[in-house]
Amino acid sequence: MINFQYARAADVADAVRQIAADPKAKFIAGGTNLIDLMKEEVERPSRLIDISRLPLDNVEETSGGGVRIGALVPNSDLAHHPLIAQRYPILASAILAGASAQLRNMASTGGNLLQRTRCYYFYDIATPCNKREPGTGCSAVNGVNRMHAILGTSETCIATHPSDMCVALAALEAKVLVAGPGGQRTIAFADFHRLPGDTPHRDTNLEANEIVTAIELPARGFAKNYTYLKIRDRLSYAFALVSVAAALELDGQAIKEARLALGGVAHKPWRDVNAEASLRGQAANRDSFARAAEALLHGAKGYAHNTFKIDLARRAIVRALAQASQGTPQSQSSKKIR
Amino acid sequence: MAPAKPHQSAAVAIPVPDKISVSLNVNGVDVQLDLAPWTTLLDALRDRLNLTGTKKGCDHGQCGACTVLVDGRRIVSCLTLAVMKDGSKVTTIEGLAKDGMLHPLQQAFIDHDAFQCGYCTPGQICSAAGLLAEGRAKTADEIRELMSGNICRCGAYPNIVAAIQQVMGHS
Repeated sequence: MINFQYARAADVADAVRQIAADPKAKFIAGGTNLIDLMKEEVERPSRLIDISRLPLDNVEETSGGGVRIGALVPNSDLAHHPLIAQRYPILASAILAGASAQLRNMASTGGNLLQRTRCYYFYDIATPCNKREPGTGCSAVNGVNRMHAILGTSETCIATHPSDMCVALAALEAKVLVAGPGGQRTIAFADFHRLPGDTPHRDTNLEANEIVTAIELPARGFAKNYTYLKIRDRLSYAFALVSVAAALELDGQAIKEARLALGGVAHKPWRDVNAEASLRGQAANRDSFARAAEALLHGAKGYAHNTFKIDLARRAIVRALAQASQGTPQSQSSKKIR
Repeated sequence: MAPAKPHQSAAVAIPVPDKISVSLNVNGVDVQLDLAPWTTLLDALRDRLNLTGTKKGCDHGQCGACTVLVDGRRIVSCLTLAVMKDGSKVTTIEGLAKDGMLHPLQQAFIDHDAFQCGYCTPGQICSAAGLLAEGRAKTADEIRELMSGNICRCGAYPNIVAAIQQVMGHS
């Protein structure tokens, strides 16, 4: 870790002022990803602006029937908050599928959105990486790429976004509230994270002088028919090879509304509205689920070591939609997949 | 052999910030430390307070050996900057025994032979103390899942689960 200055932000406006004044400064909240990256010298901030004491730690209902989550609510508190556990269990389940109890106690809601990829080459400063050092090349495209993306990739980057929580937030159509020098703005969740294109060094559309202040969930929570199914190399405390957030609203056996988002397969949480549309009005059965999986994976492309993810994703989507339609969500403690 | 030369001064001097005064209550004792901002809570505990029960395993938040309780919640101290915890109450493995009596988890780990080399054990026990305080684990599956942030390369997992179950009251 290189030397850095440390300062606390007095309030959100002060945090924005401080970050605008120093282009090499970074905010720190939970620190679970940033400090790790600083130890590897992937991140070398000149200054850390400590926002962990700002009053952004409430979970409250909005006038529109939704829920607003402060950016500093710890992941564990969010997963166990009654409003989330009862009305948005897909979000609670996705959070509890990620990291460890200790890290969930530390990590913040806003920081979860902003965590960086776990691509081994991004972490290894001895290797070229367009995300870490633009223009140096991608070591993963022709390297070891078993964990890497199969959707929305570019020649410059095949990294995946590592979050579980964000996959559920994508399926729920959350909004991200941010503050900057010009005031506040709201970013639709689908527009928050970016595909790599030829600018893989930019993970999100958050500007350098902006701060995430809250996440807003709409009223629709899919509390009855949902699942978060995560497939990984070991049963706990590992990043997803493929994960699926599936949520349905059913009228008998007919699908009225469907949400489908994947983790571990792309540079951003991968929600596919066309696959969702293919489910609407259909009977909830393996045929309609398989068609949705085909639609979602239509453009999938494998690399030397991760082609297996395409079949894995197809099966995980069908299984997740079956779990959701039957009202039998995946348990995050018993690991049996039914 | 030529004598070692002093390092040439870098083109741009790296600013060294003033040390920051940090107040902590560690295992019931108020302490004040002047720390560089990059000092992790783990290093402050081990190197400044000589509380070497808390172990540095991976130093990247992956093994759980450095688990301590901050304001009653289990965290990994290797990914925690000490300056950010100014004013907090920290409990380490050295602070669990009371009045000369082992904490029930410490006794249960002995009863169930829940360790071999012992390096992960302080983190396991602090993590288990956090788990008990959270009160969410009821079954063995839930204990395993909620203890997954603590790696034991000796493989004492079955006995660790048994020790925690003993303290939870269904041995």
